[in-house]
Amino acid sequence: MRLTYPTNIKILRVPCTGKVDVMYMLRCFQEGADGVYCVGCLEGNCHYNEGNLQCRERVNHIHDLLEEIGIEGDRVRMYNLSSGEGPTFAKFAQEMTEHILSLGPNPLKAKPRKVAAPA
Amino acid sequence: MIVAQRKPFAEIKEMLQGYNKVLNVGCGTCVSVCLTGGEKEVAVLNTELEMARRLDDDPIDIQGHTIERQCDREYLAELDSIIEEGKFDALMSMACGVGIQFLAERYPLIPTFPAVDTSGLAVNQTVGWYEERCRSCSQCVLGFTGGICPITMCAKRLLNGPCGGTNKGSCEISNDQPCAWFRIWERLSGQGRLDSIKKINTTRGWKDQAPRNLMQPGYKKPEKMVK
Repeated sequence: MRLTYPTNIKILRVPCTGKVDVMYMLRCFQEGADGVYCVGCLEGNCHYNEGNLQCRERVNHIHDLLEEIGIEGDRVRMYNLSSGEGPTFAKFAQEMTEHILSLGPNPLKAKPRKVAAPA
Repeated sequence: MIVAQRKPFAEIKEMLQGYNKVLNVGCGTCVSVCLTGGEKEVAVLNTELEMARRLDDDPIDIQGHTIERQCDREYLAELDSIIEEGKFDALMSMACGVGIQFLAERYPLIPTFPAVDTSGLAVNQTVGWYEERCRSCSQCVLGFTGGICPITMCAKRLLNGPCGGTNKGSCEISNDQPCAWFRIWERLSGQGRLDSIKKINTTRGWKDQAPRNLMQPGYKKPEKMVK
C-alpha cells in the first residue's frame, strides 16, 4: 500500500495488547515520551478472548495515574482495528500525532531526573 | 488473606513532603496477592512519586525493595544492610498494618509511612475482586450460622437475625449487599439445621477484643521478650 504515517512514532510490538503492562506505559512517560497509544484488535475479536479489553482497562488506569501525577491523562489512548486495516493504522497514527502536538511536549522533559548521590 | 488498598496518591505525596531519600518496602505475601503492595505496585508508586516530585521541582530519590513478608523478623532482617547503606530520610511500607508497624519498630529512628489502607480479611472472588469474610472477632460463630459470618456480612452485626431491614434477600443498606441472616436461613434450611438459630444468642464480649495475642499451645515467649 506504501502508506505513510508520522515518523516520530516508535512502534513496540507485543504479542497481544493484553501484554501491555501499566509499568510499560508509565515508564514511557517517565523517560519523556509525549504520548503513548495502544493499538489492539477489534473488541470481541481477541485471539486470547480479553487481551484488548484488559489493555483498555490499563489505558484508563494510566489516564487516571497521569492526572494524579499532574500530566494530561489524554496523552494515553487506546485504538482498535483489525490486522487488515493498514489505512486505519496510518489514520490513527496521524490522529494521535496531531492530538499530542496540540497538547505540547511532556512537561517532564524540561525537568532532569535526580541522580542518586554516590554511596 | 489480608487485603488492603492503596492510599490516594495525594495523601501519600503529602506524607512524603520534605523527605528526599526514601525506601519503599513492598511485601510479597497477602498484599502482593491482592495486587496492592507487591513488587509491581512498589514500582508503579515509585515511578508516580518520582514523576510528580520532579514536576514540582522537588525531586526525590525513591528506591524500592520487596521482601517476602514484613510480619516476620527473619525477612525484615534482609533490609538491615540496605537501610544502613542507603541512609534514607524515611521509609514507606506497602504492607498491611501489621507489616508497617513491624517495619517501624525495627527502625525506630527513621520515620515510617503507610502507603496502603488495610481493609480486612477477604476471599479472592476473581482477579482484582476481594470480598471481606472475617472480622477476626476472636469468637467464631460459624458453627451455628451455617458457615456464614453475620459479624462480617450483617450491617448491624446481629447474632439473632434477620432484622426488619431484610428485603428479599438483600440488606436495607443496599440492594447489592446480601442479607447475612437470609443467607444463613437458606443455608441451614438446606442442611435441615434451622434449630441451631432458633435459640437466642447472648451478647458477646467485645471488650476482650483488643489488644489480642495468640500463643499456640506448646510454645512460650522467649525470656528476653517477656515484659
